[in-house]
Amino acid sequence: MGPKASTSDPQKAQPAAPEDVRRALEAHGYLADEGLATAVFLAMVLQRPLFLEGEPGGGKTEVANALSRWTGGELVRLQCYEGIDVSQAVYEWDFSRQLLHLRAAELGQGGRDGSGGLRAAEDELFSERFLVRRPLLRAIADSSGIVAPPVLIIDEVDRADDEFEAFLLEILADYSVTVPELGTFRAAEPPLVVLTSNRTRDVHDALKRRCLYHWVEHPDFEREVAIVRLKAPEVGERLARQVTAAVQAIRGMGLYKAPGVAETIDWAHALAALGSSTLDETIVARTLGSVLKYREDVERVLGSDLGALVGDAGLRG
Amino acid sequence: MRWSGTPVCVAEGAESSTRLLVAFARALRGAGLIVPVDSVVHYLRAVEALGIDRRDPVYWAGRTVLVHRHEDAGIYDRTFDAFWWGRTPWPELPVETAELSRNEELDGLGVGPAVPTDAPAPPVTRVSYSAQERLRYKDFASCTPQELDEIARLLRDVRLRALRRSRRMRRSTRDHGRHDARSTVRRSLRTGGEVVRLVRREPKSRPRRIVLLCDVSGSMEPYSRMLLRFLHVAVVGHGRVEAFAVGTRLTRLTRQLSSRDPDAALASAAAEVLDWSGGTRLGEGIGTFNDRFGMPGMARGAVVVVLSDGWDRGDPARLAEEMARLHRAAYRTVWVNPLKASEGYQPLARGMAAALPHVDQFVEGHSAASLEALVHVIAQ
Repeated sequence: MGPKASTSDPQKAQPAAPEDVRRALEAHGYLADEGLATAVFLAMVLQRPLFLEGEPGGGKTEVANALSRWTGGELVRLQCYEGIDVSQAVYEWDFSRQLLHLRAAELGQGGRDGSGGLRAAEDELFSERFLVRRPLLRAIADSSGIVAPPVLIIDEVDRADDEFEAFLLEILADYSVTVPELGTFRAAEPPLVVLTSNRTRDVHDALKRRCLYHWVEHPDFEREVAIVRLKAPEVGERLARQVTAAVQAIRGMGLYKAPGVAETIDWAHALAALGSSTLDETIVARTLGSVLKYREDVERVLGSDLGALVGDAGLRG
Repeated sequence: MRWSGTPVCVAEGAESSTRLLVAFARALRGAGLIVPVDSVVHYLRAVEALGIDRRDPVYWAGRTVLVHRHEDAGIYDRTFDAFWWGRTPWPELPVETAELSRNEELDGLGVGPAVPTDAPAPPVTRVSYSAQERLRYKDFASCTPQELDEIARLLRDVRLRALRRSRRMRRSTRDHGRHDARSTVRRSLRTGGEVVRLVRREPKSRPRRIVLLCDVSGSMEPYSRMLLRFLHVAVVGHGRVEAFAVGTRLTRLTRQLSSRDPDAALASAAAEVLDWSGGTRLGEGIGTFNDRFGMPGMARGAVVVVLSDGWDRGDPARLAEEMARLHRAAYRTVWVNPLKASEGYQPLARGMAAALPHVDQFVEGHSAASLEALVHVIAQ
């Protein structure tokens, strides 16, 4: 029932089912569950932006990286922050070069009756030559689009302010940008857009409705072990399983900041770097700082039964 | 996962499956999700792309296209199960989903139509200036429902504001601030590259976020109705106010209270809060706030206002710990206690005593005048 490859891109076949997406992402270093694979699949087939929410360290940004590696589309990243505006996100004129250009034209005229040449130089000022393309414009007016449409990641959109959100809404609606001096840029093929949010505030519904929505959960045990093995290949199977089991147990302790998958991987790296092949109480106490980032959390875990934590983890390893 | 892999029971023919899917979208609407028509269209396309012959694709298509908030996932799951389980091919009506009887809760709260049904409709009361003045200082606990309505009118124009400087710079109109080379050069292009005037930028002031945490437990009952109205005017009047109810659990009310119509807003807020006039576990409530909203960013740099009498059945140590955390992240913490106005009040309630060291300002909140004073405290 799924549509077959789209006509526009003969080299990279469109996925025919979520399973294809899952396999392709896995081949490019991302282990997605069924929900995420379906969401990505739909984003590609329906050509709609994908809005990912979830705990920090859950691998939201990594989805875009893997997508870019898979499709071959250039990865264009826009990190949002408070106060971001159009000149940083879309385009800007290169004023100093414009000025130099004008000066050069003036000098070239040698000061003689030069108004005609100067006017021509002025006309050139607002041409593409002096346009500085920022991420959103780069993603939309991508001239290299021979391989595949770019993958645009708009990271931590909850940090930007409402005005910027309204602006994004406009761009994502029809994938076009208008520069008053030049005209409208329209994407020949829409980029694959991934937005991420850590939920520091609710992003406006209007923006979310334009998008497909997926909440990124912490992975289950086996998937997380597989992720650790993939991302930290130097870590042995036994240690990977023990670390994962310990992190999953720590997540259940009601901490201020439960460790994400990124922390599991960090911890595995740290333990491997210290040359240990299994967990024990001493090494856990010494390396807890790579998993927990609040003093209170570290204290709570140290104050709990570390022996039991290590013992339980040992059973799964 | 529930009955994963069981084939979804569907009639033959595209038309019937379209009807079925649309009916499902309607059922979601009935359950309280916001499902615009264009989302339904996208949903149909999504299911078409995935196939309708298995359960999981149909489930995930709806999860990604029709659900826009993580909180709604639970409603979606319940509705999905109720709708598709043993579904006959031709739906006549969308499935009724289990909903709480909201009116009862409203009555208990006194937020809905407050006048008892047997009483005659209240006459339009004209309140003279001096009567208004008296009302401004009257304790909410001793007010009649009519007086409370009148006070609500007094509070209608209250606007909460807290200014701060923003990182976003705006062009200075007064030749103050840092020199902005980019704009200066751009401006000079108009005069053929001759710099005529320096452009400067200065920080724009921007409203600071205000977070209101209102205790809705039993001991606060005489005040919670009025305070909820206060929350409503605060949320409506300002773009950066977040409102929560704390009882035995934490409920975010910003969305419910952002309707302009006070009755509709209060009714939907009341329906959202499941623990009206129950017990209080402030420590846990504030802890939940810290974990889910505050520490990820909502409390950072914000003015956080707790409206509570400090009577807490939870662990005071926990409350102290959570207040300390909040205090570290927030710009300022304000505690509003309606009991503070009573004569000889001492903050002896265990919760209050535990929280007080982590509070920047401790103010009263029993009357319209005290809430107006609170506005100034927040704006400082």
